[in-house]
Amino acid sequence: MAYGHLPKRQGLYDPAFEHDACGVGFVCDITGKASNETVLKGLEVLERLSHRGATGADPKTGDGAGLLIQMPHEFFTKACIEAKIDLPPLGDYGTGLIFLPVDNKERRLCKDTFSDIVEKEGQRIIGWRTVPVDDSDIGVSAKNTAPVIEQIFIEKNKTIKESLSFERKLYIIRKKVENKIRSSLINKSSSFYITNISSRTFSYKGLLMPCQVERFFVDLQDRRIKSAITLVHSRYSTNTFPAWDLAQPFRFLAHNGEINTLRGNINWMRAREGLMKTDLFGKDIKDIFPVIMPGGSDSAAIDNIFELLVLSGRSLEHAMMMLIPNAWETDRAMSDALKNFYKYHACMMEPWDGPAAIAFSDGVKIGAALDRNGLRPARYIITKDKMVVMASEAGALDIRPDNILVSGKIEPGKMLLVDTALGKIIEDSEIKERQSKAQAYGPWLKENMVELASLRPRKLKEAAINDLPALEKAFGYTREDMKFIIKPMAEKAEEPIGSMGNDTPHAVLSNESPVLFSYFKQLFAQVTNPAMDPIREELVMSLETYLGPEKNLLDETPLHCHKLRIKNPILTNEDLDKIRNIRINSFRTKTISLLFIMNNKRDFSKRLDAVCLEASSAIKDGYTFIVLSDRGVKKGLAAIPSLLAMGAVHQCLVKKALRTRIGIIVESAEPREVHHFALLFGYGADCVNPYLAYEAMDQLIREGGLNLSRAAAQHNYIKALSKGILKVLSKMGISTLQSYRGAQIFEALGLSAGVIEKCFTGTPSRVGGIGLERIAAETIKRNEEAYPERGFQRPELKTGGLYQWKKDGEFHLWNPETISALQEASWCGDYNKYKEFSRLINDQTGHQCTLRSLLKFVKTEAIPLDEVEGPESIVKRFTTGAMSFGSISKEAHETIAIAMNRLGAKSNTGEGGEDPLRFDSLPDCDSARSAIKQVASGRFGVTTNYLVNADELQIKIAQGAKPGEGGQLPGHKVSVTIAKTRYTTPGVTLISPPPHHDIYSIEDLAQLIFDLKNVNPKARISVKLVSEMGVGTVAAGVAKGHADMILISGGDGGTGASPLSSIKHAGLPWELGLSETHQTLMLNSLRSRVRLQTDGQLRTGRDVAIAALLGADEFGFASAILIILGCVMLRHCHLNNCSVGVATQDDILRRRFKGRPEYIVNYLRFVVEEMREIMASLGIRTVDEMVGRVDLLEPDREMLSLNGKDLDLSAILHKPDRLNAHQAEEIKVQSHGIDKVLDLELIRLSKDSLDKAMPVKIELPINNANRTTGAMLSGKICKLHGEGGLPEDTIQCKFRGVAGQSFGAFLTKGVTFELEGMANDYVGKGISGGKIIMRPDRDSDYRADDNIIIGNTAFYGAISGEAYIRGVSGERFCIRNSGLYAVVEGVGDHGCEYMTGGRVIVLGRTGRNFAAGMSGGIAYIYDKESLFKEKCNLSMADIENINIEDEELLRNMLANHLKFTQSPVARKILNEFKKEKKRFIRVIPIEYKRIMKAKMAEYGLELSEVSDG
Amino acid sequence: MGDIKGFLKIKRRPSPYRSVSERVKDYKSVALLRKEESSIDQASRCMDCGTPFCHWACPVGNYIPEWNDLLFRGEWKKALGLLGATNNLPEITGRLCPATCESACVLGINDEPVTIRENELSIIENGFGSNLIKPRPPKKRTGKSVAVIGSGPAGLACADQLNKAGHNVTVFEKDDKTGGILRYGIPDFKLEKRILDRRIKIFEKEGIKFLTSTNAGTDYNTDRLLKKFDAICLAGGSRRPRDLTAEGRNLNGIYFAMDYLVQSNRLVAGEKMPAIGAINAKDKKVLVIGGGDTGADCVGTAHRQGAASVIQVEVLPKPPECRTCECPWPKYPAILRTSTSHEEGGIRRWSVLTKKFTGEEGWVKKVLCTGDGNDFEIEADLVILAIGFLHPEHDLLLRELNVEFDQKGNVKTGADHMTSRKGVFSAGDMRRGQSLIVWAISEGRRAAYNMDRYLTGGSSLPKL
Repeated sequence: MAYGHLPKRQGLYDPAFEHDACGVGFVCDITGKASNETVLKGLEVLERLSHRGATGADPKTGDGAGLLIQMPHEFFTKACIEAKIDLPPLGDYGTGLIFLPVDNKERRLCKDTFSDIVEKEGQRIIGWRTVPVDDSDIGVSAKNTAPVIEQIFIEKNKTIKESLSFERKLYIIRKKVENKIRSSLINKSSSFYITNISSRTFSYKGLLMPCQVERFFVDLQDRRIKSAITLVHSRYSTNTFPAWDLAQPFRFLAHNGEINTLRGNINWMRAREGLMKTDLFGKDIKDIFPVIMPGGSDSAAIDNIFELLVLSGRSLEHAMMMLIPNAWETDRAMSDALKNFYKYHACMMEPWDGPAAIAFSDGVKIGAALDRNGLRPARYIITKDKMVVMASEAGALDIRPDNILVSGKIEPGKMLLVDTALGKIIEDSEIKERQSKAQAYGPWLKENMVELASLRPRKLKEAAINDLPALEKAFGYTREDMKFIIKPMAEKAEEPIGSMGNDTPHAVLSNESPVLFSYFKQLFAQVTNPAMDPIREELVMSLETYLGPEKNLLDETPLHCHKLRIKNPILTNEDLDKIRNIRINSFRTKTISLLFIMNNKRDFSKRLDAVCLEASSAIKDGYTFIVLSDRGVKKGLAAIPSLLAMGAVHQCLVKKALRTRIGIIVESAEPREVHHFALLFGYGADCVNPYLAYEAMDQLIREGGLNLSRAAAQHNYIKALSKGILKVLSKMGISTLQSYRGAQIFEALGLSAGVIEKCFTGTPSRVGGIGLERIAAETIKRNEEAYPERGFQRPELKTGGLYQWKKDGEFHLWNPETISALQEASWCGDYNKYKEFSRLINDQTGHQCTLRSLLKFVKTEAIPLDEVEGPESIVKRFTTGAMSFGSISKEAHETIAIAMNRLGAKSNTGEGGEDPLRFDSLPDCDSARSAIKQVASGRFGVTTNYLVNADELQIKIAQGAKPGEGGQLPGHKVSVTIAKTRYTTPGVTLISPPPHHDIYSIEDLAQLIFDLKNVNPKARISVKLVSEMGVGTVAAGVAKGHADMILISGGDGGTGASPLSSIKHAGLPWELGLSETHQTLMLNSLRSRVRLQTDGQLRTGRDVAIAALLGADEFGFASAILIILGCVMLRHCHLNNCSVGVATQDDILRRRFKGRPEYIVNYLRFVVEEMREIMASLGIRTVDEMVGRVDLLEPDREMLSLNGKDLDLSAILHKPDRLNAHQAEEIKVQSHGIDKVLDLELIRLSKDSLDKAMPVKIELPINNANRTTGAMLSGKICKLHGEGGLPEDTIQCKFRGVAGQSFGAFLTKGVTFELEGMANDYVGKGISGGKIIMRPDRDSDYRADDNIIIGNTAFYGAISGEAYIRGVSGERFCIRNSGLYAVVEGVGDHGCEYMTGGRVIVLGRTGRNFAAGMSGGIAYIYDKESLFKEKCNLSMADIENINIEDEELLRNMLANHLKFTQSPVARKILNEFKKEKKRFIRVIPIEYKRIMKAKMAEYGLELSEVSDG
Repeated sequence: MGDIKGFLKIKRRPSPYRSVSERVKDYKSVALLRKEESSIDQASRCMDCGTPFCHWACPVGNYIPEWNDLLFRGEWKKALGLLGATNNLPEITGRLCPATCESACVLGINDEPVTIRENELSIIENGFGSNLIKPRPPKKRTGKSVAVIGSGPAGLACADQLNKAGHNVTVFEKDDKTGGILRYGIPDFKLEKRILDRRIKIFEKEGIKFLTSTNAGTDYNTDRLLKKFDAICLAGGSRRPRDLTAEGRNLNGIYFAMDYLVQSNRLVAGEKMPAIGAINAKDKKVLVIGGGDTGADCVGTAHRQGAASVIQVEVLPKPPECRTCECPWPKYPAILRTSTSHEEGGIRRWSVLTKKFTGEEGWVKKVLCTGDGNDFEIEADLVILAIGFLHPEHDLLLRELNVEFDQKGNVKTGADHMTSRKGVFSAGDMRRGQSLIVWAISEGRRAAYNMDRYLTGGSSLPKL
């Protein structure tokens, strides 16, 4: 079974969170001629992609590799003779590899099951063949877990005529066998797995490294193995647990990527099974259920559903378009017919969303498709001799340049398809056109789909709400909700911003009875898939909702689109009224009340069950929509929390396979902020009507607090919510609400297993918590407070106190007492005062706040304090948080650096560069150089020189305050100094994208680590992650990607400005994340490869000691440091208005700064002292001894009993049960593989240049295994010559071939790279003054301006330099360019996104969304066909004609381009420049143009809101 | 926070005072009511801190940033509502509070704090002026009866809260008028008594019964009290003055400050001077011993009575002009405070210890003092002792109730304000010893919350 060999769920580790990312590719002979050559080429592609896979603790055990080919009949004929099997002709038998248990008895049972079922299905087993394997070269753990691999042969019954029917039969056999064995008594850890039984295709795969596949499967060495198609896959998994069955390809496809919406997709599929009808699969369709095999990976799941769709009669391409539709909703260029196709199919199924490159084949057709975001590379080459090679990388197969007909890449949302039967390639446009015309989708939609907007509103009689404040109280509204949530959203249509993290108790620990929503934390993408940008890349996002019952998935009729289309699922009262009274298309709505009488506690759960029952009967009664309503709350009558009801109803209907037959609308007073809505949708709501929020706005208007009309306020509020919801989706990398709905992308903190099982099935909740009774009690309590039995009712709402500390509000760890105690202690250098402070923090009796407050140290034998490791070495383990110069003042930033350097500890630049002046020492041996240089998604100021001047390079994947989100520093905050350190223009807005655009997957992260290690081999590389369920598995992948240190940040930490909902509701405490990571790494035997650090609200020696015991080697501090520097938690960081000069750039306020390095020194020494005292009391001498000693911690029963909420911390304190998971693992240094890079050769050859600046010319061949060429050389130059590098063209290197990823990354001044051939992704990343020239190979004859020459994300974060690219680039060319001058002959989607400076000339076509988020620099487009306007994102930039200065620049750069690349396009334009120049237009950001015009030398600062990390 | 840059644009501007020459001629309020526009300006200086130290430092927990913001936005009514939520007597604290909030104002770290007290006053006076403050008797009565002993700030706050909760409240006041120290201790030039009357009238209309000239325990015997009422709150203040045991203390012309101030206040209220024992500073050389607020009130009163000279001495050394490191922000600092009375004249001396009074014909004439190592004499024919209070009077009621006292002689209670006798609670100076009005209000409120719980098993009154 799947996951058979993964460790069981234990402690905080859960195998369900394993991820993988991979290399995928295929080789295909278009003519359909089967040959051994095609198979061998496939194997070569597989091997060449091996750097995209990974190995774990056991260097010879890979994560899995395999291939899928056409049935090698010729070979099997021969093999069967040997095996004494009488093989029928091709097509009359099905076969496949079966992984069988090693145990004889179990194996027998499995085979008997086969015999039984095959016979029942009317077919015949003609034999079992033992598949010869050579396991001499495979890894130990692979060998130890290897199954017995046999091949089954099943003969087709003569009555079956069609090939597809036979495939279906084989499918049913497989399904039945799987189900039978799953429910049998076979040991769950034994391997039983059916790879693929088919009469058309065959796959070889296993827990192998790509290079081992051919040797392992002896069959593959036989030249008679022939196929026209070879689909290959190499897996990179986060874990190192051997799992033979997770190797790909699966039955129809191989997947590189991650399905983020998996949970939802599985649930919806399960629900759909109830409506599935077809006689194709025999009498009882239930035999094939569950369609998605439980416990499989996301890739396996999508294969399962793809298989079903294809076997039930849809073509490969049709099925793929259903599962992974293109972004069609707002595409202006897409035909209506195609839009109708997508719209129609949206009624049937939600997209399977997430980054995906999928290669698929049925043995005749082979194709590949990319998801709407195109976040996975997929390059292909079509040769003149009719071969297609598709792979995650170019250069995966050596192809003679003169044989190349087309060099391309699959574009986002598009498909490449080869039909070997027809012997042709079918273009994406042809596929789409054919599919969109397959049925009369347009007329069907017109006839059947109802638009909510088109329904006539009735005259709405508003049910008057009497005693509004009481109702507000009954639903837990506070004055803060009004002031910080409702009002700003209604006023500005924006989500409110805050800062300085979260220091309030987790909902379950709170004394303030928080609403149920607060018990959930949003999950977010990190590393294994990218977060998205819902603002700049809005074109892929959608909130559209299709309300109404679904039909049979296996059929296609006009009635399938019998749906109500709703543009925005947040309904106004008018909208809801329309739906309630709808009478078209047999739509009928039933309202189900969520109210219960508060007589006794049991009424609550009784009512909850009744609601579920009413929902099911509503379906049976023919209703199409139900409204779960809590209208009518009054004294004695309370409402079940809307989320609880929604979850319960959804789960109940999913389990009964009824859910897709009804639309569910929540009419509730409860939801008011973004998080609430995200939760309701995430747990299955179709639409939400927040009537009380609307009432509250009306109230504000009436009272004069809001100067808007009711309609405008509602419009703004809904807009703010929509933006916020899209942001919540995007932080998980999900594009459409349709696929987010029911995807349950949350973790619960403080809910009992019972509540989870009933209402939120599948949601992780790792420390247990409150049950239904408690939820009921709190609901009742709120109602009683709102409608007091007697006495007086307070007129005002409760204080709240979540966002600001208040005496009668929620508890905060940072409160006036703790803040002033900390300041006094550190300023006076008084340890006793510090102890007062730490006591206030550590003892949380009566106001428990953190999980660690519930732990205590085990009593052991103490040792004298002087036997404990000295403070000097302990303090070196301390760092300060990544706070950028920009978010805090220069004074604060430098004071921190000086203090940390004095201590020998490390400060962190944060995102935003560092003034090179700080790299030099100060008088008195001080230094303001930050030891840790952060590399964040904006890459601001990330120059080669910056990287070289670091002891540690930190890749920030996420930050506690807003994991999964980007940031923005508005232009008016970008002063001259900030612009200088960030290498941008003063006054130009700087946008940090949500993801690193060179990290869409774990293998990409490994690549960036490799890049950075090359630039600065001495620096250790760290990766910053944020705690959430599954962070341990991510960390395992990161460790395998060769990070030296992993930082697990708590979700409550963060000083930066971010949306309030993110500060409060995204990310989990570090106790969970750290512990999970430590446990997972131990299980994987990877813990010894990396150091672990944690941060996020660390304050005292006790905090540090607990972190160490839970597994941290190092510790970070941030908010405490700022408080010591004078911060008094105004929480105004986002307003540039810090009255104590800490978090501001305002000159006047900066003068008020009065922090000093010695204060920080005092404080950190105190923390160490307290830590040492704890160590002494525990009898521990060194921190090294202390790390991971969870046995020295125990739950504090007394504290736990105080809150009485049934929390169970045993998972945090779990010690992994794996044999090799012992503490005394030897610390190993990561092997970064930089000892064989091409740069070592370059450095050797350019010795004279490096030493004496003498010019040198080098010529070398290159291939795709040569990655990050140029980075180490550049680092070396910066080390020797500083920022200025060498004179232009000092080192000239010419390469020929296909360069690997990151060619010319961080190329510095004085180096010129010329490449003849092609290159992969990330060309010229972070280029800092170098020059890159590229042209097609001299022997090739394809048109460069029509063909892809470089991959995605070229010149990301470029600082300066020049680039001349004769050819077309992939997606995201020159994004976040600060100052590069580049010429290219065509670009993919998202060109020049987030660009802040430089010049880019595009001499050909551009993809969609050009210039999104572009705030500086100029792009020139040679718009020959006048197609550009449609492609450009005009929200920040203008398109205009060029002027005289532009002409001059164009002429010069084109002349260079011609000179360097001999580009015919450039030649033609220059020859007729007068005429051709008219075809140039320029794209210039509006803001940039204004600044350029004003030529502002000095840019005054204005104050306004910012949200900069 | 209406204007995020407000604090950088606008300087602190406290309310104006009437000129010295004018104000010493009468007993009317020294301070002038600030214009509303000016209050709005001043409110814009509030930064609406994420951690409002002002609100923390305020004993009643006034929602200062919230109403500053509302004040800035002109949302007077809402501001008034929030102010009333935490403070029963904002028009009193708005005039008299030493404003610990302002000492803790974040702006005060490196700038001048927001004029919080005066903003409070603006809001409440606007409320009275716009007729927003009306009697709002509780909708429902609980049927429980409560006695509050003492009508000072603690008693009034307690009574108001309990009345809101629907209990029948009777306030016992041994003097002939209500208000306790507010009426008899505070001179009119700091608090005109009409302000107090205005509030008492509302309380009365809301249903609180005031039994004046009724000394509980004496005029209304303890048993009856216990029988008639379901709970009792002792809020009699801390009236036992601290005395000086110096030679000559028994000379005539030496009085306790409270005796002096009570007489003066009665006089200002139109009552007649007592025939015997009248204390008048007219043409006298006045010596006020004690450098605190009460002393200052005596100084101001003496000026108005036409004293020949006024000297105020304090035993402690002169406090620093500004905050020192021993008393860092946000603590309430011991710094030199100059009251309006001091502005009006007289001499202040510090580190002065009173050793001996000498007199003629039984009347004090000179006071021998010592300071800075030297002995010296101060001529004085009226000496006022303003050196604080020891504890409450242990009168018949307390004795008969048999409540326990703490070491200082104050009524001892648990955290729930209940004394050693079940159903008998205590609040204010009587419980915590001599303190600020705002603390008295806070005490009264907390006691009320606990009494409400005691009476009904729960409470929707605020805890603080």
